Amino acid sequence: MTNSYLELREETRARDRSLRDKVMSLEEAAKVVKDGDHLAIGGCTLSRTPMAMVWALIRAGKKDLTVSRSITSTEGDLFYGSGVSNHIMTSWFSQGIVWGVSKVMRHYTETKQATFEEWSHMAMGLRYRAGAMGIPFMPTRTMMASDVGGRIDQTTEMICPFTGEKVLLVPALNPDVALIHVQRCDAYGNAQMDGLPFMDADIAMAANRVILTTERIVSNDQIRRAPDRTKIPFVTVDAVVEVPYGCAPHECYGIYEPFLPNLDSYAEMIRTDPEAGVKEYIKKYILEPESWAAYLDLLGMENLVDAGIRGRSIYND
Amino acid sequence: MTDTTTEGGYTTSELLAVMSSRVLEDGQTIFAGVGIPLLAATLAQAMQAPGLTILFEGGVLGPFIVPGELPPSTNEQRCTRRANMVLSNTDVLLLLQRGYVDIGFMGGAQVDQYGNLNSSFIGDADDPKIRLPGTGGGNDIASLTKMIVAMVHEKRRLVENVDFVTSTGFWHGGTSRADDGLITGGPSQVVTDLAIMGFDVESKRMRVEALHDGVTREEVQDKTGFDLLFADNLKTTEPPKEEEIAFLRNLDPDRVYIG
Repeated sequence: MTNSYLELREETRARDRSLRDKVMSLEEAAKVVKDGDHLAIGGCTLSRTPMAMVWALIRAGKKDLTVSRSITSTEGDLFYGSGVSNHIMTSWFSQGIVWGVSKVMRHYTETKQATFEEWSHMAMGLRYRAGAMGIPFMPTRTMMASDVGGRIDQTTEMICPFTGEKVLLVPALNPDVALIHVQRCDAYGNAQMDGLPFMDADIAMAANRVILTTERIVSNDQIRRAPDRTKIPFVTVDAVVEVPYGCAPHECYGIYEPFLPNLDSYAEMIRTDPEAGVKEYIKKYILEPESWAAYLDLLGMENLVDAGIRGRSIYND
Repeated sequence: MTDTTTEGGYTTSELLAVMSSRVLEDGQTIFAGVGIPLLAATLAQAMQAPGLTILFEGGVLGPFIVPGELPPSTNEQRCTRRANMVLSNTDVLLLLQRGYVDIGFMGGAQVDQYGNLNSSFIGDADDPKIRLPGTGGGNDIASLTKMIVAMVHEKRRLVENVDFVTSTGFWHGGTSRADDGLITGGPSQVVTDLAIMGFDVESKRMRVEALHDGVTREEVQDKTGFDLLFADNLKTTEPPKEEEIAFLRNLDPDRVYIG
């Protein structure tokens, strides 16, 4: 994580923030992330997870990343299992309610190979927002009088100088890199999102560098026709990668729902031996395929079509 | 959830959903998680509370759930069906802090005599027997609004003190919740398959307000890990009606949540 406000300002000043073409491959974008970085992940649980970029970082053999997200699903398992990160900061960590508690998260945390640093969901959001606002902390009325708050030593209580009430201060979070997947953006990184916005706009504003992956790249003219729909401005973005089905097996609003058979088979793979299971999954689905398209091939055309029908059905009513 | 079918011809989860749906009132704005809370809220909308507004922490205000299309969590596109608004997780949670939410409706792994919930660790947090998924928005909901908890009534779930306070109830009882900074909200009811419980006004200890049909005081006490208080005017709830059970089965035809 960036050390100080002045350092963040200086690094922001030094970035090339001009209206320039930032389109590149997953492999090139992976170079934006340095070992040891704090990586913030957009989306939430099974939604708009920037899976293709997570996939590329694992293939690139990144190390010692600290990862944060509002709520963490299978991509957290993959970070632990691949060794890319052994420190995840989030509010909830499991594949999804219907699959129960993540066996991989349990295995790695209970054997102390990895840390799951637990913050309340709103506190995570306020930390990113404070980072986006360029202020050092945010006061809040949550997480006091609890062991969630008690277990974390990065917060402090204070008496409000105006009202005399007790409030909790949560520190700003300015990630080194944000990974965000969107439905469309232009080559410069003006991003438009459909459906649930999650914390992505705050994460992009808070981060020191942003990698955007997108279902499709549209012209800058299209963006300019509806600027009210642009949620992430190009000035924050450093890399744009066009990756259709870039969240698979998770969902991307209005385009595809989760690939449920794949998620079920993953849950089965990690059932008896979580560590061996997740490593096997990583080998088969992440390290071995030649390309993202070859990975989608493994997920299967039938699943892809089915996820697409369910995904687009949101617009059928 | 357990799939035990009780004598009345409904599952434990169905009983829980019906009993907790009846606690909800028309006109309220509630936070609901998936599972029993969402089933109960949707049932309440069909029965006594057509104007009940549901919030999902994924960032949804005022959705209606389509039968057979229950979302796998509160953060997927299915949650947005017929919604009035989508907004960021941070902003939907801030509605709690601002005071626009009447009830937070949660399931619980473990609850204690003061209504504190644990969804983080079984055992010592530094060396846990089981690492659970964590708070999500539970801590925020419990900190900032009134809370209803729906859960199966078992001795290992209703314990004297939870291993870890993830979502705060009345903290250490008495006025400790407000003294330590949580000046609004607090648990209002714990709904189980045996009884409906509230909290003593002074001590903030859990108190049985009503027993479900055919359940005895002894049975409830026997399945609870601490000494329960009982209301002077202990009531008996009306068993689930056929139309309530039929609605739930139509809502969840694959029986993912109703067991």
